[in-house]
Amino acid sequence: MRPATLFEKLWNAHRIADVGDGADLIRIDRHFLHDLSGPLSLKMLGDRGLRVRAPQLTFAMADHGVPTAPGAWLEGNERALQALRAACARHGVRLFDLGSAEQGIVHVTGPELGLTLPGLSIVCGDSHTSTHGAFGALAWGVGNTEVLHVLATQALVVPRPATMRIRCEGRLAPGVAAKDLILTLIGRLGTAGASGHAVEFAGTAIDAMSMEDRMSLCNLATELGATFALIAPDAVTEAYVRDRAYAPRGAEWTDAVAAWRRLPTDPEATFDSEVVADAAAVAPQVTWGVTPQDVAGIDGRVPDPAAAPDPATRRRWEAALDYMGLQPGAPISGVAIQNVFIGSCANGRLGDLQAAAHVVRGRRVPAHVRAWIVPGSQAVSQAARAEGLDRVFLDAGFAWREPGCSMCLGMNGDVVAPGERCVSTSNRNFVGRQGPGARTHLASPQMAAAAAVAGALVDVREILR
Amino acid sequence: MTAFTRLTSKAVPLLLDDVDTDIITPIGRVLQGREAMVKYAFEPLRFDETGAPRADCPLNDPVFQGAEILLAGANFGCGSSRETAAWAVKALGFRAVVATGFGAIFESNCFRNGILPVSLPSDAVRALAETARDGGDLSLDLDARSVDDGRTRLTFPISDFRREGLLRGVDELDLILGRLGDIAAFEAADRALRPWVSPVRPSAAVAPNLSDGR
Repeated sequence: MRPATLFEKLWNAHRIADVGDGADLIRIDRHFLHDLSGPLSLKMLGDRGLRVRAPQLTFAMADHGVPTAPGAWLEGNERALQALRAACARHGVRLFDLGSAEQGIVHVTGPELGLTLPGLSIVCGDSHTSTHGAFGALAWGVGNTEVLHVLATQALVVPRPATMRIRCEGRLAPGVAAKDLILTLIGRLGTAGASGHAVEFAGTAIDAMSMEDRMSLCNLATELGATFALIAPDAVTEAYVRDRAYAPRGAEWTDAVAAWRRLPTDPEATFDSEVVADAAAVAPQVTWGVTPQDVAGIDGRVPDPAAAPDPATRRRWEAALDYMGLQPGAPISGVAIQNVFIGSCANGRLGDLQAAAHVVRGRRVPAHVRAWIVPGSQAVSQAARAEGLDRVFLDAGFAWREPGCSMCLGMNGDVVAPGERCVSTSNRNFVGRQGPGARTHLASPQMAAAAAVAGALVDVREILR
Repeated sequence: MTAFTRLTSKAVPLLLDDVDTDIITPIGRVLQGREAMVKYAFEPLRFDETGAPRADCPLNDPVFQGAEILLAGANFGCGSSRETAAWAVKALGFRAVVATGFGAIFESNCFRNGILPVSLPSDAVRALAETARDGGDLSLDLDARSVDDGRTRLTFPISDFRREGLLRGVDELDLILGRLGDIAAFEAADRALRPWVSPVRPSAAVAPNLSDGR
């Protein structure tokens, strides 16, 4: 048989029909809904007089608009969740509602519950669905109309993408996170560097990563422009998935694992493009601008628009520095901050909280800094509390919040004040993303924790020294 | 869905890179309802901190009133999957966006809303912007895959599948619903191959596994 990539194997396993000219009808194995995009698409379904074709493969989560302080609802958000509840009840779709032990951010809970498995096709009306590709699943984000298509047919028309492999070789240095690796790649390749591609991450740095770190990496692949992010399933993947609530068991588990072990890219298979990165050379990263490609090492400087390679870049940098209130050529380290947000589908998992707690333990957040921990799910929150991590953060002056998307997109009222800075473990530093006028600096959980206790952007390696 | 064949119109030159969907439809405005979403589309570009319209934003320039073509830079519509961005672009009267490149989900959303996204090299888009600033019209011909500004005629890439869909105003859901037989046959065969995929049943006896895999 012709050598194939992981992506090609997944694609072929889900191809129902060729609909012509590079597009295929693709079968969807898991469909995740949430309270922002779900209610509208379910209404569109009702308006067309259609039913959910496969409610047993459809799972809804309450995450985008939920309050992270009990009862602190914004009115429209509560209505949206009520609409989702009603539609889920009508169509027989399981909703992991507020108040249940399984509630949390869809890209955290899907894997946690074992709904996300290697070899599956998974879609959600959310661009960060690429997260699930960390398991070797064909996972991507779609718009409202496509959510409608999946609800009605459990299939989607998808153009076949080009393929790219990013080999990350070597080991990340102490104090350097998967987040720093992906931010480095985004800085190097640009936010359209993998535009529309299926990107497979491979190499010794990936082999050595936990599933949580692999999820962070695949989460931010969206910020490279990638449609699909993929990592081949291996023993780490199997150990993570095994015994999860919805994972196969018994003979089905044995059969599933045998199939998953056939998924990795064949040695002779080729990609449309290849990139090689030296993981050992990666330093802790912080964004200084308004797209994730506006990033520098913590030991670096804010770029000078006068030194931009072309006029368009100069204008873009000028606008970014104006919005961010930064001086050309100023050191990144030492910039005073007012907010820290640790959470989100990028970095709201137990390992992220453990890494942040390691930095925070025995230190204090200055009184003028508002620092928040928003666990990615109830399960993460519970596990962290069982380890006493909530005490570590609370003793240091952090707030410990309820799980949800929170300050990553600021639609639930969790926002940063205009003009204030926030070091955020989320994935987007867009203009106004964390609230009108908010200035976002993306960073790893370790770096965000270091900024919280220092009251400024600082190298976590110096704090830990 | 509305078909798209030809369009001759003024064009608004908004040649910024990385105009993301949070800029096109800020989440706070989306939550205020459709009227606010449209009124405040591109809010950070069109309005200043006090809420006053920015005179230097081409989208506010009366010269370009009534334009049905938007000219944009690289990676237009990157970011979130929110389809509100495509709806707002359409509500502002645009039926086509000519850019150096698009965020993939936004581009895909455009096709499903009868908006033609055209990708061209940056120097070509800059030349079209010159024409637009000089008050010239642009003509898009989807059948011929061409854009003409009266000086130069360029062809743009688009898949036959997407082109046919827009030309005939095909509703993709109808297309998929027409394939339900294929879908059911696939499902039956797949169930034998991968029985663990469906149905999905929770195991009540098992506590959540919180190991990180190592």
